[in-house]
Amino acid sequence: METKTIITGVIGADAHAVGNKIIAFALEDAGFKVVNLGVMVSQEEYIDAALETNADAIVVSSLYGHGEIDCNGLRQKCEEAGLKNIPLLVGGNLVVGKQDFAEVEKRFMEMGFTKAYPPGTSLETTIADLKAFTEN
Amino acid sequence: MKFLTADFGSTYTKLTAIDSSEARIVGTANAFTTIETDIMDGFRAALADLEMKVGKFPYDKLLCCSSAGGGLKMVALGLVPELTSKAAKLAASSAGAKVVKTYAFEISTEEQAEIYNINPDLVLLCGGTDGGNKEVILANARKLCEIQRNFSVIVAGNKSASAELETIFQPSGKDYVITQNVMPVFNKLNIEPAKQCIRELFIKKIIDAKGLSGVQQLSSIEIIPTPLAVMNACELLSKGTSTTPGLNNLLAVDLGGATTDIYSMTDGKPSIDTILMKGLPEPYSKRTVEGDLGMRYSLNSLLDEAGVNVLSQEMGINEEAVEQWIQTCLSNPDIIAYTNNELQIEEGLARKAVELAVERHCGILESTYTPMGEIFSITGKDLTEVPYIIGIGGAIINSINPVKILEGALFNPNKALYMKPKKPKYLIDARYIFASMGLLCRVDSETALRLLKTEIQFAT
Repeated sequence: METKTIITGVIGADAHAVGNKIIAFALEDAGFKVVNLGVMVSQEEYIDAALETNADAIVVSSLYGHGEIDCNGLRQKCEEAGLKNIPLLVGGNLVVGKQDFAEVEKRFMEMGFTKAYPPGTSLETTIADLKAFTEN
Repeated sequence: MKFLTADFGSTYTKLTAIDSSEARIVGTANAFTTIETDIMDGFRAALADLEMKVGKFPYDKLLCCSSAGGGLKMVALGLVPELTSKAAKLAASSAGAKVVKTYAFEISTEEQAEIYNINPDLVLLCGGTDGGNKEVILANARKLCEIQRNFSVIVAGNKSASAELETIFQPSGKDYVITQNVMPVFNKLNIEPAKQCIRELFIKKIIDAKGLSGVQQLSSIEIIPTPLAVMNACELLSKGTSTTPGLNNLLAVDLGGATTDIYSMTDGKPSIDTILMKGLPEPYSKRTVEGDLGMRYSLNSLLDEAGVNVLSQEMGINEEAVEQWIQTCLSNPDIIAYTNNELQIEEGLARKAVELAVERHCGILESTYTPMGEIFSITGKDLTEVPYIIGIGGAIINSINPVKILEGALFNPNKALYMKPKKPKYLIDARYIFASMGLLCRVDSETALRLLKTEIQFAT
């Protein structure tokens, strides 16, 4: 099977670096080619990296509660840049406070995300999903 | 051993006579470049001038560089502006080329026409990391083949596309060479192979086309583009040789009639630990060339960028006088400032060109507010701690007040986001030996370094 390229990073003004490294490590371990953009990544940086590397999916992390604002418009920008139907996955602590995740998930799906994960999701889940999404 | 170096510039042919056994510069001389007739006429005239000054100079080796006939004109193509396009531009600039324009994504019909009009000597085609995007580089290869100009193409993009690129270029009749990717992995630069190819093509193709083959026959080693010679001298002065230390971090400014070149020799890591580095990591030796900032041919664009009102205010001279002088210079590029007013305008223009060119060269600081407070990030090189700024080029070294001009490169608290040097010392290449030493260092780096260290002077 051809190696799939995944772009990952922590979006917005979020500087949570540890989880980001763990995710990159785990994805690499699972056989993906990982382009890790690190922390404080802008929407444009995900798109630029995905364009150059011909990426198969983008995995966005957000830990500091502003994920909804940071992620809004990413799908539209991907479309505009020619990244048609690229899987967009997002996880972490996406919103502030104790909100019903079904509601949060709905909002992220409406924003065009392929999948949104609640806090505490295991990496195995994400890896299995990524494998399914990036299968030809 | 006795060396003669010759720098065939667009206007002047400059000779430097060096005696390496005494480690001294015997003399310098220049004459008009005669590219229209035979380039050797100018060389012989300069040599006659030199011999008038120092007597017969039987040299063992002749070393040459050239920027005659407009220098090495290139365009660079990449995919994403901040990634492979930028990498392509960096590679071409550091090979000593004048990068007239950089393109991103698939080029349009208008851009094809623009490249036709630019009529470049070489084209650097990049795009995609290895195993990454192929479509754009392939599309651009086809579009380049459609342009009816006699340029050579250096392909330094996604290696996975090379077989298909061969099938595009082979039947096209275009001269091409495929080399390693300038960005093999995301955000990792690999510009040396492309740089090497540019140098080889310069020797193979350009020297002949620019009427330099007569010079090449006399020359002991291959002719290189003048900016590459200057870059080699900057690198030597910064890094030193295996036995003699260099000056370490430095910035050099070469202000000419058509372009302003900036060379920085430093890794440019943030001077404060907590600053986050963003964007493409830049090489230790970086050159940028601004084709729209110069003291004669490109004064119009300098005026547009700076604004006549700002210039007039900074110089303390009324707008009409500034505009008038610029018009005079444009219609008569050989003119030399004479009156006090003219000198003051020239100085102001030079300072502005340096200011803008260094702003485009250096890193830019950005502040972001986060739940953890304000966080700074920097894109590009942090030059704030660079201790030396060296002035090269006629407009600086012939000025009465070169430091005033070089101060354009200084950190400005009103534009605090540009990471320009804060407390530099100023040095002047008073006898214009940088290109010459860049040539000499290829055969005798120890003497070249010694001469650089003794010849460049502190300016206050």
